[in-house]
Amino acid sequence: MEGIAAKARLLVQTLVQTWRNPKAWVDAAYDPRTRAAVFQALLLLALIFFAYEVVSNTAANLKKQNIASGFGFLNRAAGFEISQTLVSYSSKSSYVAAFMVGLTNTLLVSFAGIVLATLLGFMIGVARLSPNWLVAKLALTYVEIVRNVPLLLQLLVWYVAVLRALPLPQQSLALGAGSFVDVRGLHLPRLIFQSGILPVLIALLMGAAGALYLRSLAARKKLETGETTPIVARSAGLILGLPLLALIVGGFPSLDFPRLGLYNFEGGLTIEPEFMALLLGLTIYTASFIAEIVRSGISGVSRGQWEAANALGLARGDTLRLVIIPQAMRIIIPPLTNQYLNLTKNSSLAVAIGYPDLVSVFSGTVLIKQGKPWRSS
Amino acid sequence: MAAPRAALIRTFVAALLLPLMIAGIATASQSATLDSVRARGVLACGVNTGLAGFSAPGDKGEWTGLDADFCRAVAAAVLKDASKVRFVPLNAKERFTALQSGEVDLLARNTTWTMSRDTSLGLNFPGVLYYDGQAFMVRKGSFAKSVADLNGASICVQTGTTNELNVADYFSTKGMTFRPVVFERLVEVLAAYISGRCDAFTTDSSQLISERTRLPDPSGHEVLPELISKEPLGPAVRQGDAGWANIVRWTLYALVNAEEYGITKANVAEMSLSPNPEVRRLLGFEGDYGRGMGLDNDWALEAIKAVGNYGEVFERNLGQGSPLKIARGRNALWKDGGLMYAPPVR
Repeated sequence: MEGIAAKARLLVQTLVQTWRNPKAWVDAAYDPRTRAAVFQALLLLALIFFAYEVVSNTAANLKKQNIASGFGFLNRAAGFEISQTLVSYSSKSSYVAAFMVGLTNTLLVSFAGIVLATLLGFMIGVARLSPNWLVAKLALTYVEIVRNVPLLLQLLVWYVAVLRALPLPQQSLALGAGSFVDVRGLHLPRLIFQSGILPVLIALLMGAAGALYLRSLAARKKLETGETTPIVARSAGLILGLPLLALIVGGFPSLDFPRLGLYNFEGGLTIEPEFMALLLGLTIYTASFIAEIVRSGISGVSRGQWEAANALGLARGDTLRLVIIPQAMRIIIPPLTNQYLNLTKNSSLAVAIGYPDLVSVFSGTVLIKQGKPWRSS
Repeated sequence: MAAPRAALIRTFVAALLLPLMIAGIATASQSATLDSVRARGVLACGVNTGLAGFSAPGDKGEWTGLDADFCRAVAAAVLKDASKVRFVPLNAKERFTALQSGEVDLLARNTTWTMSRDTSLGLNFPGVLYYDGQAFMVRKGSFAKSVADLNGASICVQTGTTNELNVADYFSTKGMTFRPVVFERLVEVLAAYISGRCDAFTTDSSQLISERTRLPDPSGHEVLPELISKEPLGPAVRQGDAGWANIVRWTLYALVNAEEYGITKANVAEMSLSPNPEVRRLLGFEGDYGRGMGLDNDWALEAIKAVGNYGEVFERNLGQGSPLKIARGRNALWKDGGLMYAPPVR
């Protein structure tokens, strides 16, 4: 902004000066700074004109073809149902609510996918460098096959070939602990907290924060005095004890088991097969890329670091954890964030398997409301 | 004296020419779409990409079905040649844009006539070609014997359709719940239903019957008796060309009237001997009815000669002459208890 302001000031000054002294016109015309300022101003004007033309042309053409535009429709009732909703929604809710449903569904599958793909990717990446021949070659095979098969195909395999092959609800496979799996999804018992889940979560977070504080205290003590403080038991006490306390105060949760109704399992928690297929596909596909990023990060740390750690007598696991990975992270993180973005964007392939993500819920809706209406029949 | 005389002559000539000019305007530009179809020599007709009974391409690329035959009837009425049709297969998303932008002259793609489409999309619906309604298909032996039994069921439906909205409306007004399973394309919906992902599959009744023939075991499935919506399927044209809308509307009425008067594809040629004045007016042996639309007076004769009357078209594509075996039901003539009724040619 300051740059623009300074340039504008310069332009005005030059203009005023040349106005007062006509001879300065010639000088100004040959001054590269003036020229630069004038050309930039012209370019800006051209850009503004271009943007104006694009917008007004689009508006005029839409109007000519009787296609409505604008955001007025957002408050109207959506009129359709969505299979998986994290926020409360019914067909009487507005388009904004449908948008939120799509957004939360996209965020859910992306977040779960990122966590799982990171875990799996790190494991495969480290296994790729394992001195064990079988482990390293298995990891190599995984990476080379999964990375080179298109994601859409993998999604369809998971959805159509694997999850569609499961039995009907009446012949569900019992997984034990009141869980079932069938072609309609995975049915799990659901925890129902009498006083909500929030106090328990807060207690859990407080416990974790306390444990981290203990850890940093112990680390400082070790640096200063060399004494090792045992903190595992105390940390566990904090992390488990605080939520337990919250449960004792708020009442223990009850379990809501899924029961087979007339058509479907009622109650409990149902994980739709569309979600499972998308999560599986995204996780497995992205993990193969993350594995290569991790491998390259680890290989990028100089060999001397391994040898030094070895000389100090660190075991292979400790070397990795304490010496190599912290340095490798510098190389790993930038491409890793790219993979996270890719995973999130790839979640729009949900359209192909009917998972109600932002694209499949909303791009259809927007299209429809822009005058390209309810299709078929 | 010269000047007034020249003025007089000019007035006289103008008075002579004026009616001619008006007549010229009247015949040349009754309908911009008609003019462009004539100039091109072929009718561009938007149809379904493949729905047995309505419009589906055969082995040799020939289109069959109710909608396809209606395109042929219009082409015969306008161009005197039923083969002068260019079929443009359109999916549900593209269909209205194709019509709005002029890519097709006529949309005959099992499209439901609704108020919003008629009034705010720049379209006109000249008539109803098929009275349909939304129905449900379930497996035989399912608990559901009627739609009211489907409380709590998983239901497969195509996203973005009137069907998706109807089913949500129906279940919420009845105080029932259902689990939607939605897909973009109809084949995906059908595949999900086959795999047991849902208990019922819902779309227009005619479409259900047509899709049932594609199931691995058609006899293992049944269509529940109730219809939960009105789906009047009809041709659509661009708004603002009333002359073209008239041609499409009266081609449809001509087919219906032909059935009522007993004119068939086989006997239409001999009808010039018919003493029935209604038949003579419809087929152009009496009166000047085709001219009113900018066509020749034998427009209806050409259309009927090409595809037959409405009953013949129906039976050939959807009824007893087809694998679908759909009964006439509410698509029977008004005098047989159906809804097909055409105004008289007068």
